[in-house]
Amino acid sequence: MATQTPEIEILNQSTPTEPRHPWLEVLHGWVTTVDHKKIGLMYIGYALLFLVIAGVEALLMRVQLAIPNNTFVSPQVFNRLFTMHGTTMVFFVGMPILFGFGNYLIPLMIGARDMAFPRLNAFSFWISAFGGLLLYFSFLGGDGLYGAGNAPDVGWFAYAPLTSRVFSPGHSTDYWTLAVLLSGVGSVGTALNIIATAICMRCPGMKMSRLPLLVWLYIVTSGLALIIVSPLTAAQIMLMLDRYAGAHFFDTQAGGSAVLWMHFFWIFGHPEVYVLVLPAFAFANEIIPVFSRKAIFGYPAMVAASVGIGFISLSVWAHHMFTVGLGAGANTFFTLATMVIAVPTGIKIFNWLATLWGGRIHFTVAMMFAVGFLFQFLIAGLTGIMLSVSPLDWQLSGSYFVVAHFHYVLVGAILFMIFSAFYYWYPKMSGRMLSEKIGKWHFWLFLIGFHLTFDFMHVPGILGMPRRVYTYEADRGWMIWNVIVSSGAIFQTIGTLLFVYNMIRAYFKGPIAGADPWDAWTLEWATSSPPPDYNFETIPTIRSRRPLWDLKHPEDPDSNYEF
Amino acid sequence: MGAGVGRSNRPAPTKSFCRFTRLVRFAQRRYPLARLALISAPKFYRRHFGRWYPALKRTLAGAGRRRQEADALSFVRRVVSQVTNIFAPAATPAHAIFHLSLLVLGITSCIFLVVSGLLLYALIRFRNRASATSDPQEPAQIYGSNQIELSWTVIPVLIVVMLFLATARIIFSTENAPKPSDALDITVIGHQFWWEYRYPKLGVVTANELHIPTGDAAHPIPSYLTMSSADTDHSFWVPRLAGKMDLIPNKINTMWIDPLEPGLFLGQCGQYCGTQHAKMLIRVYADRPAQFAAWVAHQLQPAAQDPAAAEGQAVFLRNACISCHTVAGTTAAGRFGPDLTHVGGRDTIASGSVPNTAANLRAFVDNPAHFKPGALMPEMHLNAHDLDAVAAYLTTLK
Amino acid sequence: MSEAVFISDVPVEPWVLPSRGVVGMACLICAEAAIFIIFVVAYIYYIGKSISGPTPHDVLELPVLTTICLLSSSFTVHLAVVNLERSKRALCSLWLAGTVLLGAIFLAGTAMEWNDLIYRHGLTIRTNLFGTTFYSLVGLHASHVVIGLLMLSLALIFSLNGSMTHMHAAKLNVLSLYWHFVDAVWVVVFLVVYVLGR
Repeated sequence: MATQTPEIEILNQSTPTEPRHPWLEVLHGWVTTVDHKKIGLMYIGYALLFLVIAGVEALLMRVQLAIPNNTFVSPQVFNRLFTMHGTTMVFFVGMPILFGFGNYLIPLMIGARDMAFPRLNAFSFWISAFGGLLLYFSFLGGDGLYGAGNAPDVGWFAYAPLTSRVFSPGHSTDYWTLAVLLSGVGSVGTALNIIATAICMRCPGMKMSRLPLLVWLYIVTSGLALIIVSPLTAAQIMLMLDRYAGAHFFDTQAGGSAVLWMHFFWIFGHPEVYVLVLPAFAFANEIIPVFSRKAIFGYPAMVAASVGIGFISLSVWAHHMFTVGLGAGANTFFTLATMVIAVPTGIKIFNWLATLWGGRIHFTVAMMFAVGFLFQFLIAGLTGIMLSVSPLDWQLSGSYFVVAHFHYVLVGAILFMIFSAFYYWYPKMSGRMLSEKIGKWHFWLFLIGFHLTFDFMHVPGILGMPRRVYTYEADRGWMIWNVIVSSGAIFQTIGTLLFVYNMIRAYFKGPIAGADPWDAWTLEWATSSPPPDYNFETIPTIRSRRPLWDLKHPEDPDSNYEF
Repeated sequence: MGAGVGRSNRPAPTKSFCRFTRLVRFAQRRYPLARLALISAPKFYRRHFGRWYPALKRTLAGAGRRRQEADALSFVRRVVSQVTNIFAPAATPAHAIFHLSLLVLGITSCIFLVVSGLLLYALIRFRNRASATSDPQEPAQIYGSNQIELSWTVIPVLIVVMLFLATARIIFSTENAPKPSDALDITVIGHQFWWEYRYPKLGVVTANELHIPTGDAAHPIPSYLTMSSADTDHSFWVPRLAGKMDLIPNKINTMWIDPLEPGLFLGQCGQYCGTQHAKMLIRVYADRPAQFAAWVAHQLQPAAQDPAAAEGQAVFLRNACISCHTVAGTTAAGRFGPDLTHVGGRDTIASGSVPNTAANLRAFVDNPAHFKPGALMPEMHLNAHDLDAVAAYLTTLK
Repeated sequence: MSEAVFISDVPVEPWVLPSRGVVGMACLICAEAAIFIIFVVAYIYYIGKSISGPTPHDVLELPVLTTICLLSSSFTVHLAVVNLERSKRALCSLWLAGTVLLGAIFLAGTAMEWNDLIYRHGLTIRTNLFGTTFYSLVGLHASHVVIGLLMLSLALIFSLNGSMTHMHAAKLNVLSLYWHFVDAVWVVVFLVVYVLGR
């Protein structure tokens, strides 16, 4: 039974000049908020909406690909679908949802009242949101070669010179460029905010060596985001100059280089996937210890490995370009760098294993998703090693093997950990518990669908099926595999719908959560659920990495053991 | 007992050796993958044959496993298509990649089994048992161990070094392979959405269907492809012959293939290049040297001038066809579209995606978008009579 | 357990954290440095690759005066901050005005150079690869100078009308960090475009 946090009238009261309708006031409150919790929730809600839309795009593609020479959608529409699916999932689902969780949790975990720059926080959200709306407006607006309504169809990495005016007339490519550019501005703002918050807003006693691992990983993520979003912005400015000012950055007729775009894009694009996966690691670092009832094994090694992953990820980008003809020397270097990044990643997996070892594992739905993450991330990493071997990549690059590999990471690792994070922190954010029963249905249905789709997706790649094809020949022997892959999509859809239902139902009818339903140890569980606007009544002073453990076990606090 | 068994001073082969080699030749024909074992370790077999073949025969015969294995292999072959399978290599680059991939698969499988085994064990062994709910004790809190961290840093580093060295060897042997003087040179130019092939030293120009000569294991004849693009990025991918290599405008890339057996090898464009990326198919005809020479000689002939198709030729030459297509020996000298000098002799049109029949030719010329929506060839707006004539003419261009 | 209050029973050493403004500006500088690096890389990559049109050697002259002005403005803005910390507001206004003036001279010099390039030598962004990379890199830098000058002018106005006190010295310091960054970028651009590239 949670005690109701007493309202502090002075802080929360606004002074309207005339009485407003309640729902208008609520809406106004959300639109003008600079509170990190509300902004975090807006990021998450926004991302979930786009998850559904991009999921529908994926479903349409899977229907088209189920049989050879299908005519469910035209090639033009299919090309727009895969471009929009990829762009939406990376920039308007992945980034916002992860920044949303970061926004919500980081100030709470470090005992602060808000982020370092609350107005910048709000600005970052709204400009990213506008970017997403701009991208989807392209379905309605724009004119081009194929009539009204063109979304971009150049692929989410928009290789030059396909994106030049010659090969992409009309405005579809411009929608891609501008929407992603705006999202990038928002990402830089949020990344800056997270770093400033984590460094400058910690509560007394929280030295950097006592920072929760989630915050450490978000610092690395934000540092990466700061460094890499600008190259993408630069490349997009160059592309716009090419398209509208007659510049020749990627104009091969004037001596420009198509490979230069690839370099610039992948200098962004590869660390970007680490920006997406490091928050998933962050969640795992909080959730796995709590449900194993043990401290995380090897905190300093985990920090070092995460920072190492961040640095090395900046040096591996050309493994997306092994087939471009960079030469044996470059191919060899990037092969080595990509293999090297497996070492700190492996260290993290082993540390999680060691955390589980000797613990008392509680299989709540959050933990089940985390376990799925562990196995699937292992497999995804191993197929990544296969692809890092550049001769093997000469066969598999641009094929469905690569699509299977990166979906294994994005869905099997990242989305699973996002689901886990939802089940873990939803009680804190809403004050209610999600239903474990519906959660288990969600987990098993989604797991079956995920494996049906993405395990078997490796096979068409090995059998020579390239990606981004709107159809394929019947004599290649790919149909059976595509049918299996498409069938898995149905299970995933049902699972996701169950998840959405679970969240809506629990909001109204779920059992009250209380401040600390999981008996956890970090500071966000030391305040009510949901937290008040000011987060903590009194800013705490802490003496170890697990302040609540110290409180609950005063005879044996962590501070005696930490190194 | 077939060529290549040995021409040295070794004693004459025994009866069981002959039976063995017959078995191997049989396996070689039915299961091409088995050929790899023979290619990569012939000396091993011959040297140790006398010792282990009898033992092997006993084991196989005893368990009856031979038939079961053959059944399993043929089952896999039936289920998994070999048409464009990267694990069914037919040329040296693809073979090298296949061998390397076996090593990689082996290492990653071991890692997977070990780590997931440990994970599974931990999840089962350390799960919270129902009997423990009344016991509020937390388990022992272990914060870390430097020795353990060191060990699981060092071992992966060693694995990485080993894998890297094996990989580097293949990278250099494939990319920096010295070019023999008798290699065949082919210039490949990618277009939206067809392939242009030029043989600079032979003077041949063709499109979409690539003919190359085969060598044999003793004397391979590699074909060196020099590649670039006329518009956007493409990628030349024939999985059974080699890894893919991109065709990028304003950049020259090279690769080589040396099919060891004649046959037709399929592939397709491996880099998204626009609307009809999916239908930019590749057909590589590996011909025996004599056949290849005959093909070249035929390609060098100017276009056939069949008097029965004169009307069609007139239609062709007075329409916009000539601005995009070349027909050697006529005024048509366009380079934007495929060379049509010998189009009648090809198996397919529309870059491998449509069988080459008179009806399809007519339908394609009438409305290319029917077969390839988004192809850059416009509708020619010919009346039915002219269409018939042009289609008949194109069919005669063998 | 609901809200928990931690009472410190041992005296905690003074808890001092870095300034938000400085950390935030440092992050912004990282991001801006990354974007400039990409434009510089593009410039270096395309040196000598123009197929036709004017080359750097033909048309570029060392912008000595404007460089001296811009680099001196770093010095003046530093003096402005130091003076504000010591509550010498008049001197602060003076040095801020000097900074704005020197920055404006730099911009005017750049404008004159571009005028010369466009009308006398016929070099525009669409002429060739040199034109493309030159105008984009130097233009990106100039746009950052413009933004910096706008902010400095705002600061100057606040200083002149008396709203700015020594309490705001930290914020002025953050702005000066941005200005120092802009100057550092100019050093790199100068070396790459006018020394290396010619």
